[in-house]
Amino acid sequence: MKDATNPMAEDPELHAYVDGRLDPLRQAAVEARLAADAGLARQVHAWKAQRLALRDMHGEVLAQPVPTHLLQAAQLLDRRSSRFAQWQRWGGMAAAILVAFGAGWAGHSGWQERATMVAGGSRASGQFVHQAVLAHAVYVPEVRHPVEVEAAQQQHLVQWLSKRLNRPLKLPSLTPSGYELVGGRLLPGEAGARAQFMYQNANGERVTLYVGAVEGATGKGMGETAFRFANEAGVASFYWVENGFGYAITGKLPRPAMLVLAEAVYRQL
Amino acid sequence: MSTPAASQSLVGHIPDLRRYARSLTGDAWAADDLVQDTLERACQRWQLWSAGSDLRAWLFTLMHNLFVDGARRAMRQGGQPVDLDDVASDLAAPPDGHEHTLDLQRCLLRLPPEQREVLLLVTLQDLRYEDVARITGVPMGTVMSRLSRARSRLRELMEGGAGAAARAPALRRMK
Repeated sequence: MKDATNPMAEDPELHAYVDGRLDPLRQAAVEARLAADAGLARQVHAWKAQRLALRDMHGEVLAQPVPTHLLQAAQLLDRRSSRFAQWQRWGGMAAAILVAFGAGWAGHSGWQERATMVAGGSRASGQFVHQAVLAHAVYVPEVRHPVEVEAAQQQHLVQWLSKRLNRPLKLPSLTPSGYELVGGRLLPGEAGARAQFMYQNANGERVTLYVGAVEGATGKGMGETAFRFANEAGVASFYWVENGFGYAITGKLPRPAMLVLAEAVYRQL
Repeated sequence: MSTPAASQSLVGHIPDLRRYARSLTGDAWAADDLVQDTLERACQRWQLWSAGSDLRAWLFTLMHNLFVDGARRAMRQGGQPVDLDDVASDLAAPPDGHEHTLDLQRCLLRLPPEQREVLLLVTLQDLRYEDVARITGVPMGTVMSRLSRARSRLRELMEGGAGAAARAPALRRMK
């Protein structure tokens, strides 16, 4: 709808000028128009003054302390999100299972082949690495919530996850290989809790270390395995089981580079 | 992060939300009610906020929806149209006694809510037009025409002086 009093009022260029959203070239063009039209110039200057007055409005509110009831309303989030985090862990796994199921359908017998391949002695560790890859795929792309506990709280992270996994955990350092710890999170596994640690290099490339008890590993001569390599959906993993406890290091890296990281982890555990 | 840091990001936006709501409603209590509703909704829907996107824009979207709901509810309940002169005492001048702010607030309240919203998002909050379009859920063209009408009308009201502002036909309060 056109402004009855001034047909120029709707010109987006004029508003963008008032709001300081023009590049120098377009700004100069508007200024040339203003120089040639006193009425237009008056209008635009009035709008500019109005903008300044509005920006000043109730500035004192910004300096006031936030009322307690509003702080409490915001802090509800922490209580909700801890509940949500639990839901998300299960929800995340449900999504991962869906992905696996979908991939199975799409790849026809791919899922079955893999199951057969890892059957017989290494089935459990095959499932373990598969879960590691899924957890990797779910959390590595996360920008805002890649981990539950950040590296800054490393001591707390290790204590917490050691307690939940019922085993003293060690956090291997991958700094010599150029990867810094981002943090970690707790995940559900078949034989109880599992933990994922995320590392990131200067290029923002991430690798994850996934650890936890492997179901039935101790009972079936699976207490220990050699290094194994898996390549699923373009993601490489080295994994092994030691004392019934599985480790998988996963990333989008060539096999030799992954091996270097896997050996670094293995040496430090 | 689902650590106590989650609420901290929210708390950081409260002063901004309060000031905006104050300008939008013209009433300190109604403003804080709107902010509280916004925060509660943000907590309920936190998982719907796409991580990494602009939290401030999302909060303003929630507030916009609540503001519009409130306006609709007031209409449905046949909300008493309040004459501006009757509520003038609510529109208390800020402690430093800026008459101008009071005038500006009075005139602002005489704009239709959808125009007032766009004008405040663009000026007070300094949001880009495309963000305002996303927040208010209308096309860019509508944002620009609301902005244009709001600016022209507000200028008329302000230049018309206190007399014109006081002779408001009727004002619906949102809360």
